Amino acid sequence: MSFFAMAKDPLLRASRRRFLSNSGVALSGAAVALLAGREALAATGGAATEADARILNTALAAELEAVAAYQVGAGSGLLRKPALDLALAFQGHHKEHADVLAKTIEKLGGRPVAAKARYEFPTEGLKSEADVLRFAASLEKGAVSAYLGAVPVFGNRDLAKAAASILGDEAMHWAVLRHAVGETPVPSAFVS
Amino acid sequence: MIRDGVLRILAAAVAVVPAASAMPPGDAARGEAIYSRCFACHSLDANRTGPRHCGLLGRRAGSVPGFDYSPAMRASGIVWDAKSLDRFLASPAAMVPGTSMGYAGIASAQERADLVAFLGAARCSGPRE
Repeated sequence: MSFFAMAKDPLLRASRRRFLSNSGVALSGAAVALLAGREALAATGGAATEADARILNTALAAELEAVAAYQVGAGSGLLRKPALDLALAFQGHHKEHADVLAKTIEKLGGRPVAAKARYEFPTEGLKSEADVLRFAASLEKGAVSAYLGAVPVFGNRDLAKAAASILGDEAMHWAVLRHAVGETPVPSAFVS
Repeated sequence: MIRDGVLRILAAAVAVVPAASAMPPGDAARGEAIYSRCFACHSLDANRTGPRHCGLLGRRAGSVPGFDYSPAMRASGIVWDAKSLDRFLASPAAMVPGTSMGYAGIASAQERADLVAFLGAARCSGPRE
């Protein structure tokens, strides 16, 4: 069953709604505990903590940009259900990532970056639903690479683990978006 | 096949970051594919989470108008050329401690050379400089 077919299935959709309503808070809570809730994060301090906060702030900036990009896609008029639902669900994940990252940066003593007032996206090249989904897929692929590059440079292993958790989510976005436009969902055994 | 892939990754992980003097010839077409890894933060024509990349070679680091660089990058004194870019791509934080680019780097000298070749060939599509 393709993702789109699954998204149209009323039973699965109802099940998904129940799952989200029941577990959404718990999942968010777990994520916050994974990051912002760890008192040890704030206690370490020093240059390594400052460096970790800087990495997280770059990730936060990229997450906020992803939220804006999905908003452009959702508001383009080019996406129809179920692709629109897909875009909004993935945007919601990026919002959750951004929220947790911002809280963690504060916990580390840093100041989270704010969303820009304006983002530049190549909207002139977006003429169809497939264009929007391919654009989103390119951002998700980049996000996977960015987190892959960030994981080894965290001083704090809990932060590296949390970044890997986000990486996994964004890799799933990338695969689903590739599948949605008829491309091989998982093009290789490794990501880079 | 999986074993080969794992071995390649492990080999890259333990490789000593080579000096820029040993740069192999780069292939811009391969570099374009590698550049897709940068899309979360960068594009050629627009400032995003990272600064735009068109016109990069020959530019002083930290000088793109309208982009909020880290103090470390602004003060780096780097002028981007193939050699300096290769060094930065190998390990951004080692070359510019305090950079906002929280990225381990590209271990493969060939991939860096390909990326440098692509960025050197990339032109701005609009009057942004």
